[in-house]
Amino acid sequence: MKNTLEIRWHGRGGQGAKTAALLLADVCFKTGQNVQGFPEYGPERMGAPITAFNRISTDPIRVHSNIYYPDVVVVVDETLLHSVDVTNGLKEEGAIIVNTPKPAEEIRPMLNGYAGKVVTVDARAISEETLGKNFPNTPMLAATVAVSGVMEKTAFIDNMHESFAHKFAKKPEVIDGNMKALEAAFAAVGA
Amino acid sequence: MSKLEIRKSKELKERMSGNEAVAYAICQVEPDVMPAFPITPSTEIPQLVSNYIANGQMDTDFIPVESEHSAMSAAIGSEAAGARTMTATSSAGLALMWEELLLAASNRMPVALTLVNRTLSGPLNINCDHTDGMGARDTGWIQIYAEDNQEVYDNFIQAYPIAEDPRVRLPIMICQDGFITSHAVQNIKLLETESVKAFAGTYEPEEFLLNPGKPVAVGPYSISNFVMEARKAQAEAMENAKEVILEVAGKFAEMSGRQYGLFEEYRTEDADYIMVIMGSAAGTAKQAVDELREEGWKVGVLKLRVFRPFPEKEIAEALKNCKAAAIMDRCESYNGNAAPLGSEICAGLFRTKTMIEAVNYTYGLGGRDFTTEHVRGVFAELRALVEEGKAIPQNQYIGLRK
Repeated sequence: MKNTLEIRWHGRGGQGAKTAALLLADVCFKTGQNVQGFPEYGPERMGAPITAFNRISTDPIRVHSNIYYPDVVVVVDETLLHSVDVTNGLKEEGAIIVNTPKPAEEIRPMLNGYAGKVVTVDARAISEETLGKNFPNTPMLAATVAVSGVMEKTAFIDNMHESFAHKFAKKPEVIDGNMKALEAAFAAVGA
Repeated sequence: MSKLEIRKSKELKERMSGNEAVAYAICQVEPDVMPAFPITPSTEIPQLVSNYIANGQMDTDFIPVESEHSAMSAAIGSEAAGARTMTATSSAGLALMWEELLLAASNRMPVALTLVNRTLSGPLNINCDHTDGMGARDTGWIQIYAEDNQEVYDNFIQAYPIAEDPRVRLPIMICQDGFITSHAVQNIKLLETESVKAFAGTYEPEEFLLNPGKPVAVGPYSISNFVMEARKAQAEAMENAKEVILEVAGKFAEMSGRQYGLFEEYRTEDADYIMVIMGSAAGTAKQAVDELREEGWKVGVLKLRVFRPFPEKEIAEALKNCKAAAIMDRCESYNGNAAPLGSEICAGLFRTKTMIEAVNYTYGLGGRDFTTEHVRGVFAELRALVEEGKAIPQNQYIGLRK
């Protein structure tokens, strides 16, 4: 599909890859784009590999199949690199984002010869530092927005602030932590 | 359709999953009673409706029942009493309702059921195909299928004006593809609640049980002398539903600006090859058609919206100028011939002496993904059949591993 950004998320059941895909759809909707966010449902259980997908487009989205040739792949759990062919079909001019403390050059040899852009984010460290717990979703979402360029950083930050302010109206301290997590993820990918 | 009132609505831009969309339509239409039992992937619907009720956003009586058999039994009882009633289910839930589905239809109860299509066991699987809906094809229910969240929302709003019309008085199933649309968040244009409420009106049956001035019997025994006449009356009501569906769609277009028919013809005008398909896969097929058109292929899609009543003559008319049609079924009939669309469309082509090539394909069973590449493959095969005289199986599977 022309004018369409296709993203594939790899995570494990319970880590929130599906939630991240839905959050991305949400924030892209709010900035006026056509969106699609959906998980692939299988025998779901905590810890099992799961996949979720996003299509973001300036045109209406009619395709209802999974994504086989993504522009961006996001790996929320680096242990999946051993068991799932995460770069399968990933466009060479695209990018893969991996949640890991390791640098990109240590990850690349595990990517079946993928020659495109490899970005690593230590989402766990960012999350633990800013939120006090391991919620890799928020930093991975920010890294995905930064690397894919699906929207301007300021529009993303403003929208997320609004969402967090609404969601955590009774826990304002959480809003700050989440906003810091987003900023740290942008910084980590050099954006 | 006397009560139907048109208040032109603004478009309210939102993003929702198919389940959220249909639950919101239910909230806006606000039926009197909803008995339901949860089953994947339709569980969210009664859950969301319960939230709406608990939050005071709607005043429907929700009855948590102990099974789908009870859900449909309660729905029939409630509807017979004169209350506008609905339920939601999927797969084995619909199968467990089977006896009651026929009762709802034969007692002419305009119950609405929102079906989130899922296959039936076995192998045990929770994903989409049309085995459940197709299994209920001869129960006397109207069945309307949706391509996406927008359509299932729009279809539900049109459900009661169709079902309750005195020319019809039949139950109606509003179907969408399990997970593929039920759990996919997409953009949607909602309608204003006032417009939806005016459109759906209120249920005012001529006869109902809780009407002391005019007692009626519901579901009595019938001797052989009357059964055929009752069935014929029911069959005629189903036939009448065609014109009522089109009238309601016309009014809906006035309110919403969105057009619906018995089916949608997408780029079929000059098409040599047409794919007939139902549900979410139609969107994927349209995308492939656009790509193929850019490459010079004369191809189109006929997306079937209304499966019951079955528009066999209208479909034959729409296909008569193409060289070959691919008829796509998302279920298996185990008859060695073709599943329902393949069988019924071919019968319509024969009766109308429409002598085109028509190849039956079975796809997407148990949630097997259906892609634009599959669509391209089907069109390439139809072209080889017509232009090179290549022999191809008349009934085959797509994406089957051998």
